[in-house]
Amino acid sequence: MRHVISLLIENEAGALSRVSGLFSARAYNIESLTVAPTEDPSMSRMTIVSVGSDDIIEQITKQLNKLIEVVKVVDISEAAHIERELMLVKVRATGKDREEMKRMSDIFRGRIIDVTESTYVIELTGNTAKLDSFIEAIDRSLILETVRTGVCGIGRGDRVLKV
Amino acid sequence: MVLTGAEIVIRCLQEEKVEYVFGYPGGSVLFIYDELFKQDKVRHVLVRHEQGAVHAADGYARSTERVGVALVTSGPGVTNAVTGIATAYMDSIPLVIISGQVPTAYIGQDAFQEVDTVGITRPCVKHNFLVKDVNDLAATIKKAFYLAKSGRPGPVLVDIPKDISATKCEYAYPKSISMRSYNPVVKGHQGQIKKAVQLLLEAKRPMIYTGGGVILSDAADKLIKLVHQLGFPVTNTLMGLGGYPATDEQFVGMLGMHGTYEANMAMQHCDVLLAVGARFDDRVIGNPEHFAEVPRKIIHIDIDPSSISKRVKVDVPIVGHVPEVLDEIARQIESVGERPDEKALKAWWKQIDEWRGKDCLKYDRKSKIIKPQYVVEKLYEVTKGEAFVCSDVGQHQMWAAQYYKFDKPRRWMNSGGLGTMGFGLPAAMGVQLAHPGSPVACVTGEGSIQMCIQELSTCKQYRLPVKIVLLNNGYLGMVRQWQQLFHGNRYAESYVDALPDFVKLAESYGHVGMRVDKPADVEGALKEAFKRKDDLVFLDFAIDPKENVYPMVQGGKGLTEMILSEEL
Repeated sequence: MRHVISLLIENEAGALSRVSGLFSARAYNIESLTVAPTEDPSMSRMTIVSVGSDDIIEQITKQLNKLIEVVKVVDISEAAHIERELMLVKVRATGKDREEMKRMSDIFRGRIIDVTESTYVIELTGNTAKLDSFIEAIDRSLILETVRTGVCGIGRGDRVLKV
Repeated sequence: MVLTGAEIVIRCLQEEKVEYVFGYPGGSVLFIYDELFKQDKVRHVLVRHEQGAVHAADGYARSTERVGVALVTSGPGVTNAVTGIATAYMDSIPLVIISGQVPTAYIGQDAFQEVDTVGITRPCVKHNFLVKDVNDLAATIKKAFYLAKSGRPGPVLVDIPKDISATKCEYAYPKSISMRSYNPVVKGHQGQIKKAVQLLLEAKRPMIYTGGGVILSDAADKLIKLVHQLGFPVTNTLMGLGGYPATDEQFVGMLGMHGTYEANMAMQHCDVLLAVGARFDDRVIGNPEHFAEVPRKIIHIDIDPSSISKRVKVDVPIVGHVPEVLDEIARQIESVGERPDEKALKAWWKQIDEWRGKDCLKYDRKSKIIKPQYVVEKLYEVTKGEAFVCSDVGQHQMWAAQYYKFDKPRRWMNSGGLGTMGFGLPAAMGVQLAHPGSPVACVTGEGSIQMCIQELSTCKQYRLPVKIVLLNNGYLGMVRQWQQLFHGNRYAESYVDALPDFVKLAESYGHVGMRVDKPADVEGALKEAFKRKDDLVFLDFAIDPKENVYPMVQGGKGLTEMILSEEL
């Protein structure tokens, strides 16, 4: 099963490597990992997407909690939550493709944020499936490069991850 | 008061009432050594290899309730220490390791004797720090000691760049420390404890299985009280020996790969299992699927939530400090006023006594060649069970665990988790320093002892009268045993040719050496050795090279699929 784990961690040098090192040392899967400081700059928030049986996910959350610098760990996919990912796609946009690309971007509620005579950079946000389907929907041969942030997530309603 | 980083390090060690620092000097720690030199409260023990420094600090910590301290230089000083740190980590031993680092401005420039210490040690420490600002130094050391001994203990490393140890700042040692990210649980969950009590009172075939957590949390007294209150059988893991008196009739011996027949059978066939400070290690329960074939209710007490339901699913998890939880269980049993099912318990004990009847630890006592089991039994008799016994890793370790009856905690020091050959002698140095005047034995093999033999020199310098009991069979015995049983008698590289003359070797270091090759001389030699209170005596016992450790559960097999000596 796919799980989205959110955690708060002291914003200190090496904190990220403690988390990534834990995953590699114990052979846990990591699909994506995002991290950035929170509104309190002394603390970072990490979102980790991992795949594993319930037993493994239980171990992952326990092992993360055991890291000295980790303040709080929550599996936000256990209940209603929102996931978002940001993708930037640079595409070839010439001739008839130029109009088509603009149309596809509009359909997926993307924004064209860089324009040259021959290229567009399209900014797209959404959950992982939406970004995947955009890639599926456009002509692959026109994609010059893509970059994705990985998933960040938050619980719905009153579920709050805070110290 | 304004002090240099090096002065702060020493002040902090004094504040923590550190008696001994085990270490080895080098470029990056010269300022710290200079400050050590100028005072006499913290005593330094100069080892001969950094691995020995950490093992010695480890032995010191295991045999006391205190934190062991080691001091090493950057680069090779640290890499040599890594084996010792990983050993302590696997067995949850509280250590603080202070390492020198190249000056801050040189970090990352491939400077002389530079390694990424924090990176290299990260997977084998409870936590580590690189001090980049001298103003953080005192608080960091305070945190290191707090982290090392609280919760599930473990080694903590503090890496100090050379310029930091020379920089001055205002010093004050923090009185207490609080960390928002670290708050170990102490009290067990009341509801869970209530469930546990219910299960224990309803049990027909109960079993208590305890590990190193009982030793580390100094819970032996509480455990004994509870076991006597309930009347249940109890077994210890290799790490848990001494947590319950081995001479007590409710003790069924060690369990696991080389555990007793009765302990392993009872472990498998019980209906309620109380696990205390133990982690269902692969060497303890064998194949987890085989273990799970027999349904039983499991109660698991541990300070570390990640140890619970890791290898074996448990029914009643209790996260908490072992002595507090045991106390609460005993109190609740008293207040409930019920007794365990006497009739069922009687039948269960009858079954266990039948298993005991196998006499699984019997060996040929009339042998003309010295049997290793006999040496350990005699060691037990001669020291009246009062010795601190350190061991290395291999067959001798298992014989020591099986035949020396540990009645008290913190008397048995061995590398159970990592299985580090070379642990025994340096650990014995730490134990001897912590307990001057007490008998300390190092039971070892000719393979293991040579992995840290240089520490004989340290023993001479500090007059440490350790008694080395070398069970010399000329083989890397445990490797040979596996090759014999599972690799068609092909003894690939397990015969140690060209062994030194250990008597002369000991003498060349200034110690006493004795070679014993007849069973009749074993007791006399041991008596003579322990009579020499001020000398290190190196006893080289020529033991039966064919002797194996039994019972044995092959790796990957079920706990009850034991090979017994009589079957061969």
